[in-house]
Amino acid sequence: MSLELHDVSKCFGPRPAVEHLSFALAAGEIGCLLGPSGCGKTTALRCVAGFETLDAGRILLQGRVVSDHDLHVPPHARGVGLVFQEHALFPHLTALGNVEFGLRALASAERRARAVDTLRLVGLDDCAEAYPAELSGGQQQRVAIARALAPRPAVLLLDEPFASLDATLRERLVEELRTLLKSLGMTALVVTHDQQEAFALADRVGLMREGRLEQWATPYELYHRPVSRFVARFVGQASFLPAARAADGVLQTELGPLSAQAVDSTCCDMDCEVLLRPDDIVHDDDAPRRGRIVDRVFRGANFLYTLELASGRRVLALVPSHHDHHVGELIGVRLDTEHVVTFAAGEC
Amino acid sequence: MSPFPARAAAAATVLLLAVPVAVPVLSTLAAWATPATDVWSHQLQHVLPRAGLNTALLVLLVAAGAGLLGTALAWLVAAHDFPGRKFFGWALLAPLALPGYVMAVVFAGALDFSGPLQTAGRALLGDTWRLPAVRSIGGAALVLTLTLYPYVYMLARVAFESTGARTLEAAQSLGLDRRAAFRRVVLPMARPAIAAGIGLVAMETLADFGVVAAFNVDTFTTAIYRAWFGMFSLAAALQMAALLALLALVAAGIERRLRGGRGFAAQRSSGGMLQRVRLPAAQGRWAAAAASTVLAVAFVLPLAQLLAWAWQHAAEDLDGRYLGFVLRSVALAASGAIVVVMAAVTLGYALRSDRRTWLQLLGRFASVGYALPGTVLAVGLFAPIAMMNGWMQDWLDVHWGDAAPQLALQGTLLTMLLAYLARFLAVGVGPVESGLARIHRNLDEAAVSLGARGVARLGRVHLPLLRGSVLAAAVLVFVDLMKELPITLMTRPFGFETLAVRVFEMAAEGEWARAALPSVFIVAAGLIPVWFLARRFTHVA
Repeated sequence: MSLELHDVSKCFGPRPAVEHLSFALAAGEIGCLLGPSGCGKTTALRCVAGFETLDAGRILLQGRVVSDHDLHVPPHARGVGLVFQEHALFPHLTALGNVEFGLRALASAERRARAVDTLRLVGLDDCAEAYPAELSGGQQQRVAIARALAPRPAVLLLDEPFASLDATLRERLVEELRTLLKSLGMTALVVTHDQQEAFALADRVGLMREGRLEQWATPYELYHRPVSRFVARFVGQASFLPAARAADGVLQTELGPLSAQAVDSTCCDMDCEVLLRPDDIVHDDDAPRRGRIVDRVFRGANFLYTLELASGRRVLALVPSHHDHHVGELIGVRLDTEHVVTFAAGEC
Repeated sequence: MSPFPARAAAAATVLLLAVPVAVPVLSTLAAWATPATDVWSHQLQHVLPRAGLNTALLVLLVAAGAGLLGTALAWLVAAHDFPGRKFFGWALLAPLALPGYVMAVVFAGALDFSGPLQTAGRALLGDTWRLPAVRSIGGAALVLTLTLYPYVYMLARVAFESTGARTLEAAQSLGLDRRAAFRRVVLPMARPAIAAGIGLVAMETLADFGVVAAFNVDTFTTAIYRAWFGMFSLAAALQMAALLALLALVAAGIERRLRGGRGFAAQRSSGGMLQRVRLPAAQGRWAAAAASTVLAVAFVLPLAQLLAWAWQHAAEDLDGRYLGFVLRSVALAASGAIVVVMAAVTLGYALRSDRRTWLQLLGRFASVGYALPGTVLAVGLFAPIAMMNGWMQDWLDVHWGDAAPQLALQGTLLTMLLAYLARFLAVGVGPVESGLARIHRNLDEAAVSLGARGVARLGRVHLPLLRGSVLAAAVLVFVDLMKELPITLMTRPFGFETLAVRVFEMAAEGEWARAALPSVFIVAAGLIPVWFLARRFTHVA
């Protein structure tokens, strides 16, 4: 394992920032800590980087303990690369100077060659002599990545690396970054509050809430098999519908039965609620069950309708754009789910 | 957009305000253009090399001393935590309240042969023991370093604190420990700010008259003064003033360039303030001791000595004349402050309403006088006014005959106020301009759309919003004028004595202890802006 966290805890005063955090990344894997602001994800990253000491637990980099109760390897001796949200480029050095900065151990010719190569890797070899102030936001971000990669760190840590860039640029850079990291076989841990970014970038995503890891899973699992309503709501849109289990194992809901084989085996026996994603509810004029449109958001390729069912429950439905209905209309809907995730009725 | 008369008025205002600076610059330059047949001009050959060498040496020593001291203290306070850090954070600015010539008086008196330190030293170490002479170029450099280091300290500290935690962390993640990160990242990033601070120190050192006069060190400023008052040669004084003005403008140009520079400071790296490292107990005590030593030598002990002397001599010296010194100083500083602030508001307003490039440049030129030493401005203004006075007198004599009144424009308050205006306009323009900059242009347009234009807009919208800035400008100029020595000394009407002039005269006679009483008044006034600065600093921290 390239990076392992075992039961890591960190408090600031009386307030726990990170509690009992454990996960691991294999070599070449990209992990992502996702969560709302203040959930402790940045603190976790700073613990790995060595800017925070641990209150409990252990952190291992390439099998070597770098943080535990008594030991704290200082940041400069850990061999991790770091990319900051604000890039934190050295304004008094050129792009090339920034990339060369961490290569002091090399002879000057080799250092120059490595820095030029790394800049080429991020596609900035023609901006080598520019100062950070002369570069655009996206270019600054690439220099920051090149600077962190140049010393060939064991693990690359990225703290909200795209937060300061605009949306269209962000989408492209996320893709580029994933391609780059994969081609280098670099192990990386990214911190972000943006679910799209996390899904596009990472092999494994950890969703954090109030200092604890709610779920550590692949993006697909996180979306389709969330372990809690919090996870379900945080990654994508979610509606919940009461369901009752029949004797044959089929779940009965207001929008019809859900077949037994689709139902998660861990489902409880009592009354429960099923998670419905907007794409689980399909618009079908022939369907017997109907919902009244109370709100609609046009999204280009499709509409996101908020439907009120006969019971007064509201669900979200994603409907292709050519089905243009008005608020107040009744439309037919049916369920089309592959996995069914259920939660006990009482919990929230 | 603006109608023609408004543009003309703005242009005329800026032109008029540029005159007090333009006249001394031109008249000193003209002195070199006209070949000096003066009897004294050959003396210049002897005075110049010595004055030039001393001035250069002094600037070098003070720049190095204040640069090192200011940067070291700034790094100590900005990046470390130790007992008393908060207190030292602002207290280290206190030496700004002591004008160099007051500090010189204290050092000369306290370290004199008959002073307390040398007397005690002889008692302990035998009669032949001597301190190195304080009234020397080394002594002047020490005094100026102790009074001027706060400029570097202030700018360097702001630069260090704005470096931002993330930048330091980036360096650490790239394999540097904290000390190496300071050397390779924090210091280079703060270099423009430190250099700007040293530039200010160099300008002040070039302009200094009081310290070198008290310590009998021949520099350009004392040479100008002596050429004028000792040799009565305006031409020689003007020629030397031209050289000094050139040096001062070069220093100011360098300072301005560096401050503009690559603008590292403007491009603040965010990510929160630099995290301070808590020093271990023993090191913390050393840090506190070092800061205390600087504070004691540069402020507390001199102030204590001044108070002790003032107390000794208060009984005999504190008579009706003293009230006169104080009143004259206050009245002069107050009227100067009013003139300067009115000019600053007018200039700021004219430059805001008319954005033509040449006018903006001329406006910059109008406040370039802060870079010119007081001695240069004094002779540079005195000479043309005296010349004009002569022409007018001739004209009057021709036309009015014996009934003509005797004019003496050069030795009047008018000359003083013009010289003050030239020297301190920048001090007033600073706060006023930043105050105006904070008033959004939309507000101007809102006012116009509601019918308030021109002067009405100034009175109903801008001045009420500018009140704080105008007050700050007035206080700063007032205090600078209370401390001002060379202009007052050289352009005052005959027998017109202020507190600063009194200190100078007592110092000139070697009556160090008797210079203390007026000095205490000056220091008290000088503490006002320090208090302002200190408050702002503690708010930031």
